[in-house]
Amino acid sequence: MGLISAVSSLANPARFAAFATKALPWLAGLSAALLAVGLYMALFVAPADYQQGETVRIMFLHVPSAWLGMMAYVIMAVASIGVLVWRHPVADVSAKAAAPLGAAFTFLALATGSLWGKPMWGTWWVWDARLTSFLILFLMYLGLMALRSAMEEPSRAAKACAILTLVGSVNIPIIKFSVDWWNTLHQPASVIRAGKPTMDPSILTPLLICAIAFTVLFVTLHLAGMRTELVRRRLRTLRITTASAALAPEPAE
Amino acid sequence: MTGPHAAFILAAYAIGVTVIGGLIVWTIADWRAQSKALAALEARSPRRGPGR
Amino acid sequence: MRSAHAALFTRDLALARGGGAGLGVVFFLLVVTLTPFAVGPDLALLRRIGPAILWLGALLATLLGLDRLLQADHEDGSLDLIALAPAGLETMVATKILAHWVTTGLPLVIAAPLFGVMLDLSPDALGRVALALALGTPAMASLGAVGAALTVGLRRGGLLVPVLILPLAIPVLIFGVSASAEGAEAGGALTVLAGLALGYAVLGPFSAAAALRALRD
Repeated sequence: MGLISAVSSLANPARFAAFATKALPWLAGLSAALLAVGLYMALFVAPADYQQGETVRIMFLHVPSAWLGMMAYVIMAVASIGVLVWRHPVADVSAKAAAPLGAAFTFLALATGSLWGKPMWGTWWVWDARLTSFLILFLMYLGLMALRSAMEEPSRAAKACAILTLVGSVNIPIIKFSVDWWNTLHQPASVIRAGKPTMDPSILTPLLICAIAFTVLFVTLHLAGMRTELVRRRLRTLRITTASAALAPEPAE
Repeated sequence: MTGPHAAFILAAYAIGVTVIGGLIVWTIADWRAQSKALAALEARSPRRGPGR
Repeated sequence: MRSAHAALFTRDLALARGGGAGLGVVFFLLVVTLTPFAVGPDLALLRRIGPAILWLGALLATLLGLDRLLQADHEDGSLDLIALAPAGLETMVATKILAHWVTTGLPLVIAAPLFGVMLDLSPDALGRVALALALGTPAMASLGAVGAALTVGLRRGGLLVPVLILPLAIPVLIFGVSASAEGAEAGGALTVLAGLALGYAVLGPFSAAAALRALRD
């Protein structure tokens, strides 16, 4: 109960901004410390894989990025329900701030996957199920951002983007299923299937730390982006009121 | 860190630093620009009553 | 209730007869014509990728025509009348999608076997492509209606609809092409395609109506 009332009190944009200002330095410090530890372990402590050699170090970047690319969409989907059902004022701010972050981390997952694939598969890009699904996710982020930038009025953009996000989230399992099916249909014999080896703790621990560090970094950036977005919207309403006040005759106050 | 594939690892981490660093820089720059603009507008326009 | 839908349907059919309905088929023919220039006139290759070309052409023809689905009605104000009609907005949108499919999707389905002959497809394959397109084009039209509803009234609507909707249409393309191809999995793919068409026939009008309502208030 205490948690729910604490969360719902953050629906007030002013209170949310105050909370964000208080929390951001701590979150930024925590993510910096976690990133330092995670990257040190990833680059210097973790052993090279006996199969993949040193390239396994790309995984410490690739897997957390992929995880955040998916998590950002989940956040946007939940926020979209908040926009459409509860008309929560901060929900759309959250959805808008999450989109570029999700796109950036999805791009990072694709780029590191490609760099990991070149030594492993001998080619920069393979149309395998996972890479292809992520490419589609990346395109969906770009579409959402394009739709938002095409709309001037925030309240209309909020609803349109929320509907598109939810239609997308209904579609994502279907896309995932069909891409997996398509991939097994066209399975080229030459692609090396590494399978899923049980991960050694010496690799799993740095991976977990990196994943937590990236997640905290994401939360920090998301919170900062939301705070900026609130300022941007306040600025917009202020500009409109001052502009209309300049047009209208002086109010008789 | 050395080996036949060191260049790929370095490139991956370089892209990672670029993307994440870019995100951080963009977030901070956007925040500074927006709050500066808001402060300028609030200083310029006279306050019309409390709570505005 | 019934007459509102019937009136909308006959109105859209009458409007489409005025022109524009044939343009989708011409675009479709152009895509089919351009492919041999891109990949070479090798009939064996064209036969192999024929269903894929027909599907890509139909997908693009369906989606590129969709920005006019609601835009014209928005411009002349009849979208407001549709919203005020004594019938659910969802079923009215579904009626519009159906009318749009009859005027633009159905000609594609009929034309596909003819264009398939130019790609040296076997009679068997022609039938499969037509059947799969008959199921796939309504699914794509329903999905595209969501994009059309979201971008109604936007100046940049034209290219935005395909950008928003094409990633979502990938499952239809995957199962559509598989259902058109020869092979053991064609029957299963056709079943999945039918399921997708049914699902999108519900999801599309529902989301498009929600988008139109969001636009109005």
